[in-house]
Amino acid sequence: MTDLDAATREALAELLLTLADDEFVLGFWDSEWTGIAPMLEEDVATSSIAQDEIGHAKAWYELLAELTDDDADRIAYGREPEAYRHAALMNHPRTDWAFTVARRFLYETADAVRLEALSRSSHAGIAGLAAKMRREETYHLLHWSAWMRRLAEGPETRARIVAALERLWPDAEAIFSPLAGEAALVAAGVLPDGLAALRAAWHERTATELHALGLPLPVDDAPAPPEGRTQRTDDFRWLWGEFTSVARADPGASW
Amino acid sequence: MIPHRAPVGDPEAAIWAALAEVPDPEIPAISVVDLGVIHRVELADDRSTLRVELLPTFIGCPAIEMMREAIGLRLGELGIAERVEVSLTFAEPWTSDRISPAGREQLRSSGFAPPPHLRDLGALGELPTLTMVACPYCGSRETTLENSFGPTLCRAIYHCAACRQPFEAFKPI
Repeated sequence: MTDLDAATREALAELLLTLADDEFVLGFWDSEWTGIAPMLEEDVATSSIAQDEIGHAKAWYELLAELTDDDADRIAYGREPEAYRHAALMNHPRTDWAFTVARRFLYETADAVRLEALSRSSHAGIAGLAAKMRREETYHLLHWSAWMRRLAEGPETRARIVAALERLWPDAEAIFSPLAGEAALVAAGVLPDGLAALRAAWHERTATELHALGLPLPVDDAPAPPEGRTQRTDDFRWLWGEFTSVARADPGASW
Repeated sequence: MIPHRAPVGDPEAAIWAALAEVPDPEIPAISVVDLGVIHRVELADDRSTLRVELLPTFIGCPAIEMMREAIGLRLGELGIAERVEVSLTFAEPWTSDRISPAGREQLRSSGFAPPPHLRDLGALGELPTLTMVACPYCGSRETTLENSFGPTLCRAIYHCAACRQPFEAFKPI
């Protein structure tokens, strides 16, 4: 889109970076289950979902690279850990299976709300990608909802899910942390609904789903933390070391 | 497939015939045309450029780059245009309803159940009501979904109670 002013383009670049980094980092955390998921079928499923997310990240990075005349691989692998803009939810390691399921549930429901809005974007590239992603994410949502139901049934697994939801909820709010230049994106219709409105829709959705599972809703009404996408942890720095190791071993190599 | 030799002056037919010879890298029984991934073919009037746009079946499909390369090579062999450009687009989502009737038959005969038609499945949110899959080996509908994620992003794993065979089905999407 060439008819956006410089400030809106800058905000758009920031938005695309958050979308890409969320999917990229989560995809890498989940790929850690490959080979050690609770059962073979789940191993295939989690790995497949992780592959979808890395693919979605690639598509967002490519859109960003086109906008900023950069290179998608450079953006994905060529930054220092502090330059990543994923939500704090993705700062945590994979931990146990209940923790992964809880994170996935929070992320998938938030992503569904966000993608629905983006599929109405005035930016054709974003709208097209979001529409396609929604179809793929439908399978993810159903998968993780099935796991939530299953874990909510047993006393031990239920206790673990409740604890994980409480631990992760504040960091999941960061998915809707305000973006610099957000108002310009809303005005241009690139982001059809503001992040605060999306956050409210997400609260409503999770409240309904958790209520149906008989699980407590750990909502607090504080606004999404403004620093929710800039704080990095040692766990993430470790993951960064892993996923950039090949790129750093031979910078600029072609494959 | 028998190579189709287009009459002189009908480059479009030659292009589509050539595309029909390019197999899907993951399921070679089906061509990229029958899979429905060709969004648009555009030959410049001066024949400087032949542009082809592809709709990826899944955004993260690792086979799409191989497909792109194979299409570029095959169309390059035609010598119709000076340059062949193959690009990806998400202008509209690829859906499993884009697979042609012939393509569905090719899937079945190579052991993959074709995807249920989306019109039979209801809303997008209800997509994986994956019960309407017939076994590609014996045709029975007494099948159960084992895993909606399979060996590739586009495939799910089923079991047939009638002939006791596990099989794969193309996902409705």
